[in-house]
Amino acid sequence: MALRTKLFGRLYEFRDLRELMGKANEEKSGDRLAGIAADSAAERVAARFVLSEQTLQTLFESPAVSAEDDEVTRVILSGVNRTILEEIRGWTVGGFREWLLADTTSGDAIRRVSQGLTSEMVAAVTKLMSNLDLIYGASKIRVSAHCANTIGAPGTLASRLQPNHPTDDPDAIRAAIYEGLSYGCGDSVIGINPVDDSLSSVKRLLDMTYELIATWEIPTQNCVLAHVTTQMAALQQGAPIGLIFQSIAGSQAGMESFGVSVGLLDEADALARKLCFTAGPDYLYFETGQGSELSADAHHGWDQLTMEARCYGLAKRYHPFQVNTVVGFIGPEYLYDARQITRAGLEDHFMGKLTGISMGCDACYTNHAVAGQNDVENLAVLLATAGCNYFMGVPMGDDSMLSYQCTSYHDTAALRQLLRLRPLPEFEEWMVGLGLMKNGVLTERAGDPTFFLQR
Amino acid sequence: MSSPDRLDLIIDAVVAGLRGTLADQPGSGTGSGTAAASPPPAPPPLSVSAPSVSAPLTQVMKRPEAGSVKTPAATDPPAAGSAGVDGPDVTDPTAEARRALPGVNDPRDPRALEALMGSTCARIGVGRAGPRYRTPALLLFQADHAVAKDAIYRSVDQRLLDELGLFTVKTRVADKEEYLLRPDLGRLLSDEGRQTLQERCVKGPKVQVVVGDGLSAAAIEANAARMMPVLMHGFAEAGLATGTPFFVEFARVGLMNDINSIVGADVIVYLIGERPGLGRATSMSVYLGYKPAPGLTDADRDVVCNIFDGGTNPLEAGAYVVQLVRQMISHQASGVKLKLATMGQAVGANEGRAG
Repeated sequence: MALRTKLFGRLYEFRDLRELMGKANEEKSGDRLAGIAADSAAERVAARFVLSEQTLQTLFESPAVSAEDDEVTRVILSGVNRTILEEIRGWTVGGFREWLLADTTSGDAIRRVSQGLTSEMVAAVTKLMSNLDLIYGASKIRVSAHCANTIGAPGTLASRLQPNHPTDDPDAIRAAIYEGLSYGCGDSVIGINPVDDSLSSVKRLLDMTYELIATWEIPTQNCVLAHVTTQMAALQQGAPIGLIFQSIAGSQAGMESFGVSVGLLDEADALARKLCFTAGPDYLYFETGQGSELSADAHHGWDQLTMEARCYGLAKRYHPFQVNTVVGFIGPEYLYDARQITRAGLEDHFMGKLTGISMGCDACYTNHAVAGQNDVENLAVLLATAGCNYFMGVPMGDDSMLSYQCTSYHDTAALRQLLRLRPLPEFEEWMVGLGLMKNGVLTERAGDPTFFLQR
Repeated sequence: MSSPDRLDLIIDAVVAGLRGTLADQPGSGTGSGTAAASPPPAPPPLSVSAPSVSAPLTQVMKRPEAGSVKTPAATDPPAAGSAGVDGPDVTDPTAEARRALPGVNDPRDPRALEALMGSTCARIGVGRAGPRYRTPALLLFQADHAVAKDAIYRSVDQRLLDELGLFTVKTRVADKEEYLLRPDLGRLLSDEGRQTLQERCVKGPKVQVVVGDGLSAAAIEANAARMMPVLMHGFAEAGLATGTPFFVEFARVGLMNDINSIVGADVIVYLIGERPGLGRATSMSVYLGYKPAPGLTDADRDVVCNIFDGGTNPLEAGAYVVQLVRQMISHQASGVKLKLATMGQAVGANEGRAG
């Protein structure tokens, strides 16, 4: 198969699909770091012309890592509905893009076709989408899931309450939770990244958050984002857990760098079904982010967007309650500036939805990236219009433990009021009952953490 | 970890330390002792250049009182921009006392609001203008971001390295910009660096201590001098022979693999500056690996992070690191393997009782 085209009379030729996929990406420092980015802007577009003519069958036959060598590939391939694949295998990537955007293509139709896709197909079409394509395409797709409450319904925007603290001080964390609840955050999860991920510390935070949820009868789930093995041990010892968390990667080698495997995630899912206090059936929470495979030298020469798509392909196996890309966390060597972070955030959100998972975004940046708070506010507006399921809620966007900045309690409230979005239905009802929200708007009482000192 | 009790003690000690300490940085985001209950600031519009509009100047100027939730320790250096350097007509909105002012209009319980704010360094109790931030809180955030951005491109002070007796080697990175864009080069020693380690380092020690600049020179300057004696004393007391400590410029975490291909230690203890947080560039991490070698990853390592005054204090962190190293040597493992080994031990013990 010849992978070549002329552009303005000049010939561009690509060795194989891997090279083509790398060069078709929007510019990202991570692809440059990996030595696989296009050498010029023209070569980038030439790669897209060639990619647009490839069939989905070609992509199906070219997984980033072979099935023999990689359990993530095996998971993705085993999830493909062959009847649906048969219908679409002859489509070109360019034709697939137009089908996704067509007025005659409904969200339900896309959800059905999702069942016939591999992650390489998802990645390929994403490379041909402009930013507004990614927003518009994603807005058609809704993926809902249920644990203690229901995430992902049209017209809703949820928020993970992320009350991290540099010493895991339960009093400090509780204070930040009160503040967040008073702004209507916490409906996706009350989820703490612990500094100390020892079992005793993790259990203490689980107990504290559960007690708060029970005392205030909050229709939500709790989670402490320690390594999955620690959460499993806590669960076995009777700790109250709403959601089980793990970071995942798009290759087996990447998974190993996180100390996890498909077998371990299967075990975690089974254990959650047996022991979590929440109704389920969707108990898992995953985080991802472009560049994590490259940083673990587990990318097999593939571009970071394709490896990210494979994370979603893996996540789909578990029908997770929620998955979010932590899009600016990894640093400037992978996503250099606000333009690259914004692009990656839109790509990841679209890819997650096209794969068929409940997708949110940690719109964020570190202080050594060329980005600032205005940039994540922009990204949050773009993603909220694209129907993103949830964002992070951190006090003023400043995470005092993880040393990065993301979206805030206020951002959640503002996005809802701006775009007429509502909290998750069970959670909104709870807020209305307490007098913190009325007709989708915060009341006078909202924004005061001392409200939650009453019980 | 196999000794949750010990860990609890450390955490309690750190928390107790926190309550008695004020962060060492201007703009650290650490809420500190606050002036006596002050009325909520007047409603917007607020003028930043005239902060007395938002609170009477006398209250702004008031030093934190003894007995308030947090008070600065006498030994702490005065923070630039603390209330103490304010002149009568120049106030500093980044001063601790100003940070502690609640922004919530008509809170349900004003005293409790101050207590909640005093319990955490998170930006809570800030109030709102509709669904957005109030003006002072917004500008304070921007000020804290500004100082973090300004801090990123500095190098570690040579005087500190001299004081600690550390010689310097470099990675394959040429400058700061390349450091940010090419982490792969920061994981490999330069040829000259390799040769220097060959010549100057004791080979095959039980423990090799390395200091790397990482993403924050300020973090090394704030913590390394206090942690190093705790580590060296701890290792000596445990009877663990240490190698020749040194400093690496433009260093990434994965460099420990390359270093150990030369020094051949059982455990590498690697102090490195974390990426700067908002208004705080002094947070350090210690990465530990049992017999690190090319190909090993984060899953094979342990890390003690958030080491700074206000997070985990460097002295306590040092003691914890010594304990971790002893565990690694006795289990001949680190990272997830160590976790599984120590958990297996605990589970085994329980099963023994049950059986």
